[in-house]
Amino acid sequence: MPEKFDVIVVGAGPAGAACANVCAKNGLKVLLIERGEYPGSKNVMGGILYRKQTEDIVPEFWKEAPIERPVVEQRFWFLEKESMMSMGYKGKEWAQEPFNNFTVLRAQFDQWFAKKAVEQGALLINETVVLECIQENGKVIGVRTDRPDGDIYADVVVLADGVNSLLAKSLGFHKEFKPDQVALCAMEVLNMPKGKINDRFGLEGNEGCSVEIFGDATQGQLGTAFMYTNKDSINIGVGTTLSGMIRSKVKPYELLEYVKNHPMIRPYIHDGEPAEYLAHLIPEGGYYAIPKLTGNGVVVIGDAAQLVNAIHREGSNMAMASGKMAAEAIIQAKANNDFSEKGLDSYRTSIFDSFIGKDLKKYKDLTHTFESHPQYLNEYIPLMNRAASQFFTIDGTPKREKQAKIMQSFTAGRGKFGVAQDLYRAWKVMK
Amino acid sequence: MAKTIEEKQYLVRYKADKKSHLTILNHEVCATKCEELLCTRFCPGDVYKWEGDRMFVGYEGCHECGSCRIGCPNDNIKWEYPKGGHGIVFRLA
Repeated sequence: MPEKFDVIVVGAGPAGAACANVCAKNGLKVLLIERGEYPGSKNVMGGILYRKQTEDIVPEFWKEAPIERPVVEQRFWFLEKESMMSMGYKGKEWAQEPFNNFTVLRAQFDQWFAKKAVEQGALLINETVVLECIQENGKVIGVRTDRPDGDIYADVVVLADGVNSLLAKSLGFHKEFKPDQVALCAMEVLNMPKGKINDRFGLEGNEGCSVEIFGDATQGQLGTAFMYTNKDSINIGVGTTLSGMIRSKVKPYELLEYVKNHPMIRPYIHDGEPAEYLAHLIPEGGYYAIPKLTGNGVVVIGDAAQLVNAIHREGSNMAMASGKMAAEAIIQAKANNDFSEKGLDSYRTSIFDSFIGKDLKKYKDLTHTFESHPQYLNEYIPLMNRAASQFFTIDGTPKREKQAKIMQSFTAGRGKFGVAQDLYRAWKVMK
Repeated sequence: MAKTIEEKQYLVRYKADKKSHLTILNHEVCATKCEELLCTRFCPGDVYKWEGDRMFVGYEGCHECGSCRIGCPNDNIKWEYPKGGHGIVFRLA
């Protein structure tokens, strides 16, 4: 008789490791399966990790986790070809406990985070692909791995297999994602001495800075670029919807080069020494793309469940929170000895009652709206830049005249009614 | 500054399996039904190259991102995970 576990978690990323941690802490027998050489070896993230949801799994994790820097400044840049408008917030309170968020390098962080699940009693096996869920009478009862004699059984299988969740798809929980439901991101890690990073970004000691970049960085496609400061390196990346990447006819790594060479960005990163090049998909389908979350003997968490808030660059925190909610539902199911879809349903209701469901619902139409109305990126960001340039250029024109000209330039292209419509549409999808 | 994709790909560690985890189901479909050969454009690892009459798949440099599976307009790519422990090995972000 092969070994049987209470829970098998497929994928040792933030979602899977969080779920395994909470299940193991509560006395369940947990197997955590990772296909990579080690947890994190297949994972990519821009690099911002939020404190709250991580702390819910490992209290005061920053005292021992391999974090890079606490972020004290968040900048937003609206780029034109040779100009930008910028805004942001810097606060010293973010440099102190309990912190707001951190930059991290995932290959290191994920190994550590999975180790915390192991310390709670979960068994981690690496280098193992789950080929399929074993089903019996309409219920998932285990997994088939690519190891010899690789069938393993459990009361519940947790699918934390990421954006390419072949398992959730094979169970019919969702159809194949469409090119406008995923973002393709290419990024590089550039090594740079700490002092140089601090000088360029205006930082002290180990304080970090994040820069989100809109507009010309994605050459008009829906997406963003970013720069995040690590201890001795900078993460720089750019992503657009896969549909946008297809439309723009730009190769992802060429777009990355475009961003690196942009006159507003280049001064921050030039002479950085490339250390790694990474690409990944981000599940940005939002509320409508959330698959079926529970089945008989199975739940879906993290990226596999499309739990990403693209507007607020939240993903790993939702992954961890969903892993915890799944664990709580599984613990309850174990107490009731009911691992059916109904017995696990509290996971689904927890998701939709939490910030995850509420935030994704709030922005449910946003991605689609911006994708089908490219003027927000293509027209308004250049207009904002030109308006600022005109307003701040002292050329003898009275300010009232300047204002009138700026207003004219906004309405010239789309007309007053068009602008009003655009404003109303933007307000409606953001409210 | 790693400008070209070749330079970029040299920064990444791979542990390639002997067998490809990416399969073109029907080369005829690429030749006749896919004028734009999209996968040769958006693949971040430059895995796909059109050589005369068939698609060459350099799976050894695959980032396992899944774009080709989702982006192929003809659903002509069979996409699997590489064998456990194989494929790309990220060390940093």
